[in-house]
Amino acid sequence: MNTTDLIFLVILIGIVLALVIASLMVVRGRRIEKQEAAKTPPVETPAEQESAEEQEQTESQPQAPPLDIPEAPEGRLARLRRKLSAAENPFARGLLSLLSADKLDEETYEDLEATLITADLGVAATTELIDALRTEIGISGGDTSKAKQVLHDELVKLGKPELDRTLNVEGADGKPGVVLVVGVNGTGKTTTIGKLARVLVAEGHTLVLGAADTFRAAAADQLETWGSRVGAETVRGTEGADPASVAFAAVQRAIEAEVDTALIDTAGRLHTKTGLMDELGKVKRVIEKQAPITEVLLVLDATTGQNGLIQAKVFAEVVDVTGIVLTKLDGSAKGGIVFSVQQELGVPVKLVGLGEGPDDLAPFDVEEFVDALLS
Amino acid sequence: MFDNLQQRLTGAFKNLRGKTRLSEHDINLTLKEIRVALLEADVNLEVVKAFIHRVRERATSAEINQALNAGQQIVKIVYDELVAVLGGEQRPLRFAKNPPTVIMLAGLQGSGKTTLAGKLGKWLKEQGHSPLLVAADLQRPNAVNQLQVVGERAGVHVYAPQPGNGVGDPVQVSRDSLGFATSKLYDVVIVDTAGRLGVDQELMKQAADIRDAVHPTEVLFVVDAMIGQDAVNTARAFEDGVGFDGVVLSKLDGDARGGAALSIVGVTGKPILFASVGEGLDDFEVFHPDRMASRILDMGDLLTLIEQAQRTFDMKQSAEAAKKLLAGDGFGLDEFLTQMQAMRKMGPMSKLLGMMPGAAQYKDQLEAIDERDIDRQMAIIQSMTPIERANPKILDGSRRARIAKGAGTTVSAVNTLVNRFEEARKMMARAGASGALPGMRRQVKQAKKKAKTHKVSGNPAKRGNPAAPKADAPEIVSTPDISLPGLTPKQSPFGMPGISGGQNIELPDEVKKLLG
Repeated sequence: MNTTDLIFLVILIGIVLALVIASLMVVRGRRIEKQEAAKTPPVETPAEQESAEEQEQTESQPQAPPLDIPEAPEGRLARLRRKLSAAENPFARGLLSLLSADKLDEETYEDLEATLITADLGVAATTELIDALRTEIGISGGDTSKAKQVLHDELVKLGKPELDRTLNVEGADGKPGVVLVVGVNGTGKTTTIGKLARVLVAEGHTLVLGAADTFRAAAADQLETWGSRVGAETVRGTEGADPASVAFAAVQRAIEAEVDTALIDTAGRLHTKTGLMDELGKVKRVIEKQAPITEVLLVLDATTGQNGLIQAKVFAEVVDVTGIVLTKLDGSAKGGIVFSVQQELGVPVKLVGLGEGPDDLAPFDVEEFVDALLS
Repeated sequence: MFDNLQQRLTGAFKNLRGKTRLSEHDINLTLKEIRVALLEADVNLEVVKAFIHRVRERATSAEINQALNAGQQIVKIVYDELVAVLGGEQRPLRFAKNPPTVIMLAGLQGSGKTTLAGKLGKWLKEQGHSPLLVAADLQRPNAVNQLQVVGERAGVHVYAPQPGNGVGDPVQVSRDSLGFATSKLYDVVIVDTAGRLGVDQELMKQAADIRDAVHPTEVLFVVDAMIGQDAVNTARAFEDGVGFDGVVLSKLDGDARGGAALSIVGVTGKPILFASVGEGLDDFEVFHPDRMASRILDMGDLLTLIEQAQRTFDMKQSAEAAKKLLAGDGFGLDEFLTQMQAMRKMGPMSKLLGMMPGAAQYKDQLEAIDERDIDRQMAIIQSMTPIERANPKILDGSRRARIAKGAGTTVSAVNTLVNRFEEARKMMARAGASGALPGMRRQVKQAKKKAKTHKVSGNPAKRGNPAAPKADAPEIVSTPDISLPGLTPKQSPFGMPGISGGQNIELPDEVKKLLG
């Protein structure tokens, strides 16, 4: 039993499939033709695009003063606390009421388990946590007053506070730091870059933004809007250009302009699309021809369920993820998947996104996060 | 990776084979496994509880079929229940009696509303409607631009009087769009609203205002298939805040199990109308409850596999190659390479294999596949000359050494590939001759013999369809026409759950042997 055998099996299956499909061809042929015809790339009319850009420029002038001064990042975690505090967060509320019970009976454990699972913590992590809690409580002779402390400690332990969560945005040897931002569609990569740019500018860094999302309609515009608000230059290619070339140009520009950091936005891609993941690998390789990538941030959406773990694994394989950004934590989702991802990959969560406001991005801190959950 | 339900239950039921009735304890044990399986698929806990309750009732009352083992019987019950819940309220898109029909899209940020607007627009246009997209997302930077570009790609007009980026009133825009549509004779208006969180009172109010302004025929809630436990909260918040009539599942082309589908239907009772399965504007289809059920349970999903293959394979080429292979001659390494490349495009090999029914038992081996090995194999073939590819028999020592050098590998790797290829070719030729493979349009003389060797599908849900013809009836084996999965899944002996019948795509025994 080796890999070669399996590969042959795959091919055989392919052929089996081909047979089935071939027999379907006759009937479905027309539909497929139609699809293919539709797939021919539409011709861009430059005039319309220009007018759209013009429109955008004229509009953004009155409303966005060219240089905002972003709020200093230190004060932000206080808001995270508020947002996660018991009053608003059903997760924390649930735990509180559960643990204020006089004794921890089987039902309480079950409810506790349910609460953790509902927070997307995952079945495995939850079981681990509950087992630890049972053991601790058992040792202390059923003293429930300690339950909260124990749960807190266990959650913190699960959150791996020992991991280094500093953002590596500074390059070495006179080269800029390069931050590559990756993730599946719609997790908030571009928005995160926009917010991150503001944080970095607030800390006195100079920036170049690279719009290597050449796929999604108007993604480059979106990034440019963010960039112009903080006075950062945005390097962009034409729509449909090779993202690697745009990333290359952006890093090149960063080196020329002697800025501190280049932030590279990439198109959202599902981790199951082999071709797109290869493309991402290429973006990384091409950037590294100029300057080493100092940080690869994977953007995960707090609403994501257990699939987040698989996503993280695949992205980590392709681009060597060094940090995670957990976005949309201001919703009702609790982002419990963070614990599993850290556990499984050892990659720390470095930032959390807390809302739509331009300054709703905060550094992640396990203690604070868990405190907020349990307070 | 998670074990699928089948595996879990196989483990739990090792000692129960032959039992005709399950004890209370057995059922509890099974239901616990089902619970975990559903939770791992991101089905919401409340929904799981309610669901398990229903399954328990059926499992207790059901007479356990002798032919199936108890575990399989329960999986079938679970599957049937899933299909029933997911497909219970199935219905097509409604249109207004007096045009314009107004479709309003609502959902969280990043769930794919704007892209869906384009897809829906294109789909409606192909059906002979004249849709108008309305840019009512004035929140996110350049969302209006995005919709304009999407609209242009889809060949659908976009109504965007306001530039967005925080400027303009979406309620006003939506209201004005109706007048615009009426005067320009558009019959469907698709309102793309800004993404909003369920907890954001202000924005939910705005969404309700938009709804009141346009009186939509359908409010569609767009939700990401990857969403976890929060699906229920979000769905409730939107149901309370805006109220929606149908659900669209987006990003189903990923590998999320999509338990959210069950959660949302379970909590709101609203039907899932569409599924969005890719980034292209055509990657959009009507929702199939039966496939979703298999997906949630992580059972082999052959239909999805076939559809995926259809998208990536060059059909004619594949058919040709297959014919050659089964005929036993003319199938060279070149064809092999082409097929391999096409397979590679479909996604990770382990994933593809995992989708084959019956492949689950090799899960561990599948996990161990190194995807780059496929590249290495391709490199070896690519290092051969066209003549060598057509006729591997001429490969002597010196040729092999050259090929190994060219591919950056060892001669023994080349040997393995060539030997394996020959073996596989022979095997396929044998399989072709005996008609053991589906799709062979030939009368099978040895129908009886085949019926004997034919392995019963390990998946009860697939062969338990009472409407499907009996599993090994010889007349099915010789039916010349293949029915169409996807088109008529209900009647098809091929469609889920009908991967039954003589044309069962089980791995042929030889292939099983190959796997060890």
